[in-house]
Amino acid sequence: MTNQYRVLPGPEHFLPPAAASMGIRLPNPGEAHIHGVIVPEEQALEEAARQFLMAKVPTIFPGPLVLWAWNEKAAKKATAIRHLYETIKECVTPQQQAMLIPMPDYRPKYPKINPEVEINPNHPNLTIWHNKIDCCMFVGVHCHQANLSLKIIRGGTSCYTIAMCAQAGHEDAMLSFRDASAEKIMRLAEWVRKLKGTVKVSQVVSKSGASN
Amino acid sequence: MSKERIKIAPEFFDIMPPEYQDLVTRATYGNESRGWKDIGTSKELIEEHSLCAGCPESMAFRYILASLPNPEDTVMVGSTGCTSLVFPHVAVHNIHSLFGNQNAVASGLKRALTVRFPGRIKDVVVLAGDGATVDIGLDMTLQAWFRQEKFTTICFDNELYANTGGQESGLMQKGFVAKMAPVGKTFEKVRLPEIARESGCHYVVNCTVSKPSLVEKVIKNAVYVAREIGPTYLQLYTPCILEIGKNSMEGLQEMRDSEKPTERFAYKEYISEPAKQLLAEIAAKEKERKAAAKQLTSQEA
Repeated sequence: MTNQYRVLPGPEHFLPPAAASMGIRLPNPGEAHIHGVIVPEEQALEEAARQFLMAKVPTIFPGPLVLWAWNEKAAKKATAIRHLYETIKECVTPQQQAMLIPMPDYRPKYPKINPEVEINPNHPNLTIWHNKIDCCMFVGVHCHQANLSLKIIRGGTSCYTIAMCAQAGHEDAMLSFRDASAEKIMRLAEWVRKLKGTVKVSQVVSKSGASN
Repeated sequence: MSKERIKIAPEFFDIMPPEYQDLVTRATYGNESRGWKDIGTSKELIEEHSLCAGCPESMAFRYILASLPNPEDTVMVGSTGCTSLVFPHVAVHNIHSLFGNQNAVASGLKRALTVRFPGRIKDVVVLAGDGATVDIGLDMTLQAWFRQEKFTTICFDNELYANTGGQESGLMQKGFVAKMAPVGKTFEKVRLPEIARESGCHYVVNCTVSKPSLVEKVIKNAVYVAREIGPTYLQLYTPCILEIGKNSMEGLQEMRDSEKPTERFAYKEYISEPAKQLLAEIAAKEKERKAAAKQLTSQEA
């Protein structure tokens, strides 16, 4: 049977199916997936860089595994992520606005979160809508919370999602790496620099408020 | 020790929301002499709370979180009830268990932490309402005590099921009429402190939370005794002002009225012999530490 399902920017519908249940499988080491299609990692790095440069508000969402300096590996990743953010900022045009918004923990926040300064996995759409984010990358977010958030984002926004996963990757992201490391994040930054000036910024604005 | 482990990656410090920056710079993690007097001068381990205005339970939460001797290595186990609305705002590891299961969950947790971190002190503190502790979870509560599990059980006793509209609980006083218990309680308040003593708890206190210094003392004692000797139990009166027909300003007075010598929350304490010995040793060490600190200060001056 040919698998026709593709993990594409939404809004898909209120309860999008888990991509795994639609036959999307995770990449093997050295691979990644784009929209659910397995590709070599290098191709995905190039595509992720392209998506960042095309977006009006390219955003990185670092999660608790990298926000907190709890071991040496986390500290190195934090340095690499900041470098990637600075690179994106440097490589986009003045009309684009690169953002770095933390997901400090997973608690539901009452009475509300401040979507300008943070993202919460239980309602990530609020931060995406508020800041009109059209491309985002999750990094350092525990898998179960990333899965939840990626599905909510795909369900209710048109944001392009990238997962820089330290484990086996995420089917529910539009583009997912696996085995994330500081080196891999630095390679992504190199690709952003390499593609600078070659990508046109997206002009499409979707009904959900975020452009795509 | 603690602040070495609780730190933000320097690359992200500037983007972290201010409450997290405050936690790592102004909270009292790792401060041996932390206590209720830090409230107002340091970052508290409770952010906001979703309880009613003037709720004594919110006072109790603040005093307890300020008094835990080892918050960075403490896991709190909660259960369904008003308390469970507060835990999402608390900067201490916590688990919400199925209604009534809190002492069973805490038992497994404490044992697992002991195996996983043999060289490190890990405290487990159960904090649940009277419904979870005495009615729905009584089996789990008692069995944990019988087995001499080394953790502290705190019961926030508001004498009824508050957040579901005022149903009768085992800790409700005899004759009390609640919104959803119109006939009135027909039997006496369950004497859980006495049951705790007979079930093997080494440190048991029954009191209100009207005096923060007292809350600090009993919390610290209960945690120290549970750490070294065996189960401890604190029953703290945190009246539900809504359900007893009081307004926001009257919670404190209600507690003061209920702790008079003839009242049901008159201070009651039971300490086993091994616990007495331990607390005496801790008090002596504390005295020495303070004397040394005083001497150091006078030398520096």
